Amino acid sequence: MNHYITLAIKTIFTDNMILAYFLGMCSFLACSKQIKTATGLAMATTFISTMTVPMNWLLKAYVLKKGALAWAGLPGLDLSYLSFILFIATIAALNQITEMIVDRFAPALYATVGIFLPLITANCAVLGATFFMDQRDYTFGESLVFGFSSGAGWGLAIITLAALRKKLWYSNPPAPLKGLGITMMTTGFMAMAFMAFAGIAF
Amino acid sequence: MSLFGKKERLIVIDGLWNKNPISFLVMGICSALAVTVKMQTALIMALGTTFVLSFGCMAVALIRNYIPSNIRIIVQILVVSVLVIMVDQVLRAFFFDLSKQISVFIGLIITNTLVLGRTEGYAMNNPPWPSFLDGLGNALGYSSFLLMISALREIFGSGTFFGFPVVPHFFYQAGYINNSIMVLAPGAFFLLGALVCIHRMITGHREEH
Repeated sequence: MNHYITLAIKTIFTDNMILAYFLGMCSFLACSKQIKTATGLAMATTFISTMTVPMNWLLKAYVLKKGALAWAGLPGLDLSYLSFILFIATIAALNQITEMIVDRFAPALYATVGIFLPLITANCAVLGATFFMDQRDYTFGESLVFGFSSGAGWGLAIITLAALRKKLWYSNPPAPLKGLGITMMTTGFMAMAFMAFAGIAF
Repeated sequence: MSLFGKKERLIVIDGLWNKNPISFLVMGICSALAVTVKMQTALIMALGTTFVLSFGCMAVALIRNYIPSNIRIIVQILVVSVLVIMVDQVLRAFFFDLSKQISVFIGLIITNTLVLGRTEGYAMNNPPWPSFLDGLGNALGYSSFLLMISALREIFGSGTFFGFPVVPHFFYQAGYINNSIMVLAPGAFFLLGALVCIHRMITGHREEH
């Protein structure tokens, strides 16, 4: 159990998807102007990431890995070169299905969170979490924890930045620095603050 | 229609400088910054993105009249992922050690919003050759930012350039220390902010909050 808690804390704080690996920058910058938008996107991303990483783990273990198709009588097959295309297909399909289900059964939720679902297909943080799961050879349990905490870490960062940008509204930086420039610098300071969590373990 | 007329040159220069994708469109910063600690990885990443973006735009432009509009995003993602798989397989075959380090980030070119932005915004409505040039120009503008950040990070962070030491030995003897913030993630954020600021000072592009 301690192992999973350590993994979660490491993924949320020290190895944060944005602040350590720069993944998901585009929606991070575009949707952090208002806290309400940022919260909706953060919740949607966490949900999709928690679902897709274990699903892609199953896909990898039973279809793509070398010898994974032994259950179908094809032990010599190695389909790992198809992993990029199948991982993104899983994410796109899951997004579409979730959007339809939410729209059908929970219209109120759809109005707040559902509109962000199409954005998440092109969110590097979600696909990146799958790739890291693949590269680091996580077990199924680890991939479940990793999927949730990478999404939660991303969400935490975007909500924090949205709060900071609200304060920046009253500042008066030099004109060329306005917008992207000052936001990037603020993110840099946030990244420095998050580095202080390094080394926490249970 | 000439191959390199005035109009065609303008398409490339727009992407490279006037409407630089990073500073002007704020796109595609995601997957690339992570590989800018060293010049070598940044150069490979820049070449990979250039290949995928220019040929991806051309391929989408070639089939643009046959793509049903309600599934066009999925089709574009699939075209792009095929090209990305090609880049990844070539790297695995010829630069195996390097590929182990950056395979994740090569894969993330698929969700680079710059690629989708150009295929959706330009290649879907234009013939193949201008689309190719548009992709090439944008990729070069993007790569130039990437390589500048990478050069600064490697020189000031590790004192090397492409792995060769460039900071003279007597600097270190006089008490010079490599700036370790450049190797870490915040260095990239600060440098990108500063470069965007300089680019906007020169071009005069402004943004409200």
